Amino acid sequence: MTGADLAILIPEIVLSLYAMAALMVAVYTSKDGMAATLTTATATIFVLIALYIAVTADGTRVAFGGMFVDDAFARFAKITILLSAAAVLLIGREYMQKADILRFEYPVLVTLAVVGMMMMVSAGDLIALYMGLELQSLALYVIASLRRDSVRSTEAGLKYFILGALSSGLLLYGASLTYGYAGTTLFSGIIETATEGDMPLGLLFGLVFVMAGLAFKVSAAPFHMWTPDVYEGAPTPITALFATAPKVAAMALFARVVYDAFGGAIGDWQQIVAFLAVFSMFLGAVAAIGQTDIKRLMAYSSISHMGFALMGLAAGTEQGVSAMLIYMAVYVTMNIGTFAFILTMQKDGRPVTEISALSSFANREGTKALALLVLMFSLAGVPPMVGFFGKYAVLLAAVDAGMAWLAVAAVIASVIGAYYYLRIVYLMYFGENRDGLDGRMGAVQYVGLLAMAALIALAWLPGVNLLGLENMAAQAAETLVR
Amino acid sequence: MDNLLSIVTFLPLVAAIILAVFLRGEDAAAQLNAKRLALAATSATFLISLALLVEFDPSDTGFQLVEETEWLFGLTYKVGVDGISVLFVLLTTFLMPITIASCWGVTHRVKEYMIAMLILETLMIGVFVALDLVLFYLFFEAGLIPMFLIIGIWGGKDRIYAAFKFFLYTFLGSVLMLVAMIAMYVDAGTTDIVALLAHEFSAGPITLMGWQIAGGMQTLLWLAFFASFAVKMPMWPVHTWLPDAHVQAPTAGSVVLAAILLKMGGYGFLRFSLPMFPVASDIMAPLVLWLSVIAIIYTSLVAMVQEDMKKLIAYSSVAHMGFVTMGIFAANQQGVDGAIFQMISHGFVSGALFLCVGVIYDRMHTRDIDAYGGLVVRMPAYAAVFMLFTMANVGLPGTSGFVGEFLTLMGVFQVNTWVGVLAATGVILSAGYALWLYRRVVFGDLIKESLKSITDMDMRERAIFAPLIVMTLLLGVYPSLVTDMIGPSVAALVSTYDIALADHAANAIVAANN
Repeated sequence: MTGADLAILIPEIVLSLYAMAALMVAVYTSKDGMAATLTTATATIFVLIALYIAVTADGTRVAFGGMFVDDAFARFAKITILLSAAAVLLIGREYMQKADILRFEYPVLVTLAVVGMMMMVSAGDLIALYMGLELQSLALYVIASLRRDSVRSTEAGLKYFILGALSSGLLLYGASLTYGYAGTTLFSGIIETATEGDMPLGLLFGLVFVMAGLAFKVSAAPFHMWTPDVYEGAPTPITALFATAPKVAAMALFARVVYDAFGGAIGDWQQIVAFLAVFSMFLGAVAAIGQTDIKRLMAYSSISHMGFALMGLAAGTEQGVSAMLIYMAVYVTMNIGTFAFILTMQKDGRPVTEISALSSFANREGTKALALLVLMFSLAGVPPMVGFFGKYAVLLAAVDAGMAWLAVAAVIASVIGAYYYLRIVYLMYFGENRDGLDGRMGAVQYVGLLAMAALIALAWLPGVNLLGLENMAAQAAETLVR
Repeated sequence: MDNLLSIVTFLPLVAAIILAVFLRGEDAAAQLNAKRLALAATSATFLISLALLVEFDPSDTGFQLVEETEWLFGLTYKVGVDGISVLFVLLTTFLMPITIASCWGVTHRVKEYMIAMLILETLMIGVFVALDLVLFYLFFEAGLIPMFLIIGIWGGKDRIYAAFKFFLYTFLGSVLMLVAMIAMYVDAGTTDIVALLAHEFSAGPITLMGWQIAGGMQTLLWLAFFASFAVKMPMWPVHTWLPDAHVQAPTAGSVVLAAILLKMGGYGFLRFSLPMFPVASDIMAPLVLWLSVIAIIYTSLVAMVQEDMKKLIAYSSVAHMGFVTMGIFAANQQGVDGAIFQMISHGFVSGALFLCVGVIYDRMHTRDIDAYGGLVVRMPAYAAVFMLFTMANVGLPGTSGFVGEFLTLMGVFQVNTWVGVLAATGVILSAGYALWLYRRVVFGDLIKESLKSITDMDMRERAIFAPLIVMTLLLGVYPSLVTDMIGPSVAALVSTYDIALADHAANAIVAANN
């Protein structure tokens, strides 16, 4: 029994053991001297585990009496998380080395955070959910303030910690209410109590609090306040991490909770999700216009994108979940490419993040500028870039679910949002200022940027068909929505 | 050739990729190579597209040369042409080599310029051949990217404002269309345009937020499409992006914009609004007709007071597009024939007029009308060419401009006499601004010092205008070349439109009796 249960958790167990072993080895040997090797090794392990999960995929399996679920949905999210975390580790290594903050704890903490995320997406129980969430969050709080001597970085870490603790509190309070009224912490038990129409009021309160906590983790407005400050304050490679893997994990967890635990009461949470979606899309789009720092801009951009992903969830259909997964995968791809570029923005040997530094960049670096142009138009959702197909999928899901108003609001927000993506293109291509970025780009970042841009520009072609992403997402959604 | 349309569509893109990957260097030789390759590619595309004339059977009103391949999200890559779209494809392929030849003088980032132009050609042809809603949207929207860059990088002084205005204006219109397309997919279960043309969208009245909406879903979808096409067209009062974009765009950009991109709006009305939402089109037709009349009269008057030559021609384009929308929503054979004819003719004439401005702009680097005068003394050949196209713009019988205006007026006169009468004054007004422009630029004494050494057109410039002159006169004296191609398809369009309306009226009577 236990053996079979543990077999299901092999990826998580291997990663945890690896984290501890890496910690020990580094502490007892050369400490930070190992950090670079360890980072690469960790990224390799992530990729291997992702491959392992993909190869051993086998229906829906449940461990520990339903606490831990391994299904197609969890696997889709885990593979996305592992691959994006691996990519972020690789593209960020050089930056961390230059800034002299590549400590051996960094890859170890990232590994622990990833284990937490994998727990989150597989959670079948409120306690398991909370464990995963806290493991992830605690590791990330530390990483955010990795640059100990920088006021900005410590401020970011502290802000993240306090607001994160608040949201965990909200979530925990909601979970306790849910437990009180459902009599169980198991999702499979809650779903029997939480039926549409005659849901106990306390359970409804529990649902709202849990959702508020989760909205905080995906940084959906109006629970987004921490995002711009943390993105700006944290070292750029860590911002890249925040923008990718944890977002996927939190969004998947969101879907898991609303479907596995509250799938019988779609009407009760649908409006909340729709509200979060609309508010995030507009706030992200409008607030980003005035930004001068590209990391803050990406923070607001991510808020807006979370709004679009939530729109898929708000549809309350299988199609909606699959659209949300497609959207998240596309979002992560675009962000890895963009951050590969942001990581190498430097002037006179120092990293810069001002948008104005991009001025007339295309005159000097045609290829990179073109790659960034592709990513920006894709983030804006202009066809034929893949970002458009992500938006198309969620819009389709929303209209199909009879929420045409949500789709109209979304496209209007996307027009407002297009402005700031265009502004980056405008600066690169039409900017007058000749005194812009210098310094060369590392090979890893260059490959990352070009590979992601090529994927975004070409993966929609007939014959490539998004590399089968649509089918994978559909299978994942099928197991979640019943 | 089984995939003729795909070859025509993607040949320019292949050339663009070759340019991007293989051409290195910024020296004069590399620039010349880029221009030559672009010219060769667009010319080859045109020659191949001529095969359409042979393969296409005008008497068949269905879609021809159809290609279909599976794609993602249940969409298909499906292309094909019918009588309405085939001439737009040819118009595009015909004009692109001329456009490329006209920017031989560009020296700033030539390679990128040619790449943008070639990509733009692929996207424009794609719009006219796409037979899948989302494929259409993809081509329609993607065209914004190269055009944004063309205006922004190679444009005039206020190019950044113009580029942003152009992009955001058209993007806002189009995303509403996207939602409507998705709603159509949800309703009909397919994005195949051929199937959607046969699908009947519900036209029963619905109530939305307390408003009773006649024509129901059809009207809502129609409005969403209208938001996109009216901006693209552009119709009054959403035309204000056009003068800015035209003035700031480089000559070749203006030519493409006026001659081809504007036609996408008219094509969209004919492909989607009229046949797919007949009831809504009937309800909204008076609105469109009156907006068209306002556009014709108002923008003609505005054109009269312009100081900038390009702006004047831009406003005249808006007025001429007013005739097009008027003809389309007259929804009879003459009106729709006239609208398509007017679009084709306007493609040649407005393109040529922008090229005319380009010729003297290249020499004097100003578009101010006041900076010119008496050009006929030094530039007789130019004066003759400019006169021909001015007359075509006015709609002089014997030029292609006359046929389109006459047919649309005839079409609309049968539907709404007042609209016909008022629109006819636009013909007089256009004579006013066009002839006045011509007089101020070409006639008078050559007194300005700066003009005394101006040279007449060289061989390249003459060669560019020659095909346009031929087409303008040919279509002017023998319009059947166009009407024979489009006639049967338009007749089919009009008859299905009338049948749909009659059915709806009959249903309404039955419903009222029950």
